[in-house]
Amino acid sequence: MPESGFRRNQLGLVGWLSGGRYGIERYAFTLHRLTGLAILAYFLLHILVGSSRMLGEETWNSVMERLDSPVFRYGEFLVYLAFAFHALNGLRLALTELGFFLGAPRQPVFPYTSSVRRQRPLFVLVMIVAAVVVVLGGYDFFFAHPVK
Amino acid sequence: MRTRESTLWTWHLLAGAVILVLLGLHMFIMHLSGLGGSGEEDVLSYSSVMERSRALAFVIVYILLLGVALYHGLYGFRKIVFELTLSEGVERAVTVLIVLLGLALFVIGSYATITAYAM
Repeated sequence: MPESGFRRNQLGLVGWLSGGRYGIERYAFTLHRLTGLAILAYFLLHILVGSSRMLGEETWNSVMERLDSPVFRYGEFLVYLAFAFHALNGLRLALTELGFFLGAPRQPVFPYTSSVRRQRPLFVLVMIVAAVVVVLGGYDFFFAHPVK
Repeated sequence: MRTRESTLWTWHLLAGAVILVLLGLHMFIMHLSGLGGSGEEDVLSYSSVMERSRALAFVIVYILLLGVALYHGLYGFRKIVFELTLSEGVERAVTVLIVLLGLALFVIGSYATITAYAM
């Protein structure tokens, strides 16, 4: 692979986690990956747990009983947090990938502006929306359906 | 030039957009339903789960969501693993394993969804 032009990730985990000089969007990128992996792990289990409904009411209730603990309940809320961040940040990434919110191409005249800064209002906006989604979901988790 | 990887990446983006809508709907039903004053209803009770499972619209949404979410998640996982700069042989093996895992989970999830619909 390196011969075809790809650069090796010689920094290993540090290369994945460090934001370097790229600002808050680089940490959002790292968090996007971590939340993606967490959601994927949850989703694979969710498929198996959800599939148990075809085995009848007794099996379903037994599975739900096993999962009915504060650990799983709070864990589920963490997954919800991860979903809110990953979904809204992913929307920003898709929009900027397609060229939206970056402004028109311009000559590199001093003082330089970067496309990262041009899309920052979008980043702030999606994080505010994510926070609202988290607050609404938090109300549902902890007040409308409180942990027993 | 459009390569196989760029095509897969485009599908990854499109799958993300579909997930945003369908999973948003799923999250609203499962985790925001209490906001409308229906806090007493347990969305995870067997009767409630089966009521949704027997609705054709839910069956279609579940299977579609299962497919696109598996693709989006497993493709993203594959891209992260590939950053370890593996040899081409290992990359191929990882791809095969991920595809098999995805297909197996899709079959299990779809089978459960169709079986529950017919119950």
